[in-house]
Amino acid sequence: MIQTKNLLFQYNEKTQFKFPDLQCNAGETLLITGMSGTGKTTLLHLLGGLLQPTSGEIFINEKNICTLSSKKLDHFRGQNIGLILQKAHFISALTVAENIELASWLTNKTKKKEKTKELLSFLGLESFASKLPNQLSVGQQQRVSIARALINEPKLLLADEPTSSLDDVNTKIVGDLLAELSQKYKAALIIVTHDQRLKERFKNAVAL
Amino acid sequence: MIGKIAWKNMWFKPLNTVLSIVLLTASVAIISLLILLQKQFEKQFSSNIEGVDLVIGAKGSPLQLILSSVYQMDAPTGNINYGKAKVWMKHPFVKTAIPLAFGDNYRGFKIVGTTEDYLKKYDAKIESGTLFVKNFEVVVGSEVAQKLNLKLGDTFLSSHGDAEAGEVHEEHPYVVKGIASATGKVIDNLILSNIESVWAMHHHEEEAATTEEHHHEEVHNHDEVHNHDEDHEITAVLIKFKNKMGFVLWPRLIAQNTDMQAASPAIEINRLFSLFGIGLVALQYLAYGIMLISGISIFIALYNTLKERKYEFALMRVSGASRLQLLLLVLFESILLCIVGFIFGTLIGRLGLYYISTSTEADYKMSFNPFEIAFKEEGILFLITIFVGIIAALLPALKAYRLNISKTLSHA
Repeated sequence: MIQTKNLLFQYNEKTQFKFPDLQCNAGETLLITGMSGTGKTTLLHLLGGLLQPTSGEIFINEKNICTLSSKKLDHFRGQNIGLILQKAHFISALTVAENIELASWLTNKTKKKEKTKELLSFLGLESFASKLPNQLSVGQQQRVSIARALINEPKLLLADEPTSSLDDVNTKIVGDLLAELSQKYKAALIIVTHDQRLKERFKNAVAL
Repeated sequence: MIGKIAWKNMWFKPLNTVLSIVLLTASVAIISLLILLQKQFEKQFSSNIEGVDLVIGAKGSPLQLILSSVYQMDAPTGNINYGKAKVWMKHPFVKTAIPLAFGDNYRGFKIVGTTEDYLKKYDAKIESGTLFVKNFEVVVGSEVAQKLNLKLGDTFLSSHGDAEAGEVHEEHPYVVKGIASATGKVIDNLILSNIESVWAMHHHEEEAATTEEHHHEEVHNHDEVHNHDEDHEITAVLIKFKNKMGFVLWPRLIAQNTDMQAASPAIEINRLFSLFGIGLVALQYLAYGIMLISGISIFIALYNTLKERKYEFALMRVSGASRLQLLLLVLFESILLCIVGFIFGTLIGRLGLYYISTSTEADYKMSFNPFEIAFKEEGILFLITIFVGIIAALLPALKAYRLNISKTLSHA
């Protein structure tokens, strides 16, 4: 599902990151661990098409995303990649449901209202659908961002330190949800983390 | 959807939004008010001078003569001798000459002694009843009839001069013989009689005045005894020429050879427009100044929220939004503000015009129509408003367009 070859990213002459080749198939989970400053987030941004690598190739669904134009990449990202960030950000003026629907509208010009409801109820958040994101707790916000990442049924789910600001209970909930949902939607799940709690939960790990 | 986000974002920070809208509303209201006022004012003024080439009246300010005799808005410059005026009225150059004699008023509406030609000049028909024939018979303008609820056969007592609270002439009641059709011009607000009625009322007054002080004489500029018809006085004559030479020659001829003056309404009204044109232009500059400030306020509001909103923008990009969509979102927010401000502004401008209209109606018998739409001028104003919105949003929109998602998200 996702495969990288000879990935290299150079910030400047002194700092450059050379990444090991990765592969992660549909329904599998890959943990990327490492100390801070080893380029974990950089790798995630490369995989998500937010950064262009200096050299090397990234194949998602057999497609080399490094060769896509900016506009095509935006569309590809919306369609195939779900991103969950360390801190959940939302359009604060829109409700929880609208935030999720927006993600589907931006890629497909359709609002998947039913799907949004389904995802929210799966995540136990149906009663928060018409609340503003700021009215939710941090753990709830992180779950909403999982729903948003999944609304377009992406082939690849990327999570950047998704549990770093969560307590143990919420970490377990989020970890379980991620595993369960990536299985359900047949997505490759890549989690970048230094969280010991996740390392215990997911065994398939690559250290940078 | 972009529009919906823009709309929701707009009201998410209501204070910023309200400030920008209030400023925009103020400037649009002032400008649209000025546009309508100027347009209708000029139309009203020029419609009333149709068919009047020259006005002959007593010496004094020519503008005052025009304002008093054509628009009924000012005090008359004085009286002129009917006999002397007749010399000019019967001149071969003249097509029509309409004598006007002002005297009294009834509850603030002027009673003007004149001839049938005055009605014809304004295309006013006698809607019901007949024209005045005998003394103290009157035809009332449509507005007067409606406002004072006057019907055929009603009688009323006039008060002296312009003032509503003037001395009441109890000796000669006027009787309503006819009601004129509506014309949208000054005649709607007048009560018309024959000239002799004014003279007759006057004559009485003279007798009374001799026992009092001679203050009436000052007002009416009497210096002769009223024995013959030729010695009677009128206020002004409205002249329409057959031969346009008169238009060129008469002002000078009359000024040099008589104690009267001849003034051209077109020239005087042009002068008046250019006089308060300066005021209008100054107000317009002020309004555009306010619009500039509202543009700056939109800019500052957008620019300030950009820092907190860059995560939102990055997030939208992550969810599949293109750079262009972000650019459009920011532009849209600003343009939406401008549209809302424009709508409020034109409404409030019209409300202002309505209030101005009620007061000019009471003071000058001149009303404005707040429901008129000046498509060309207001269309241009709309484009200017939108343009201000685009300019104000340009820099923030470009910043959103060029946002580096990776950098933004890693500094989260």
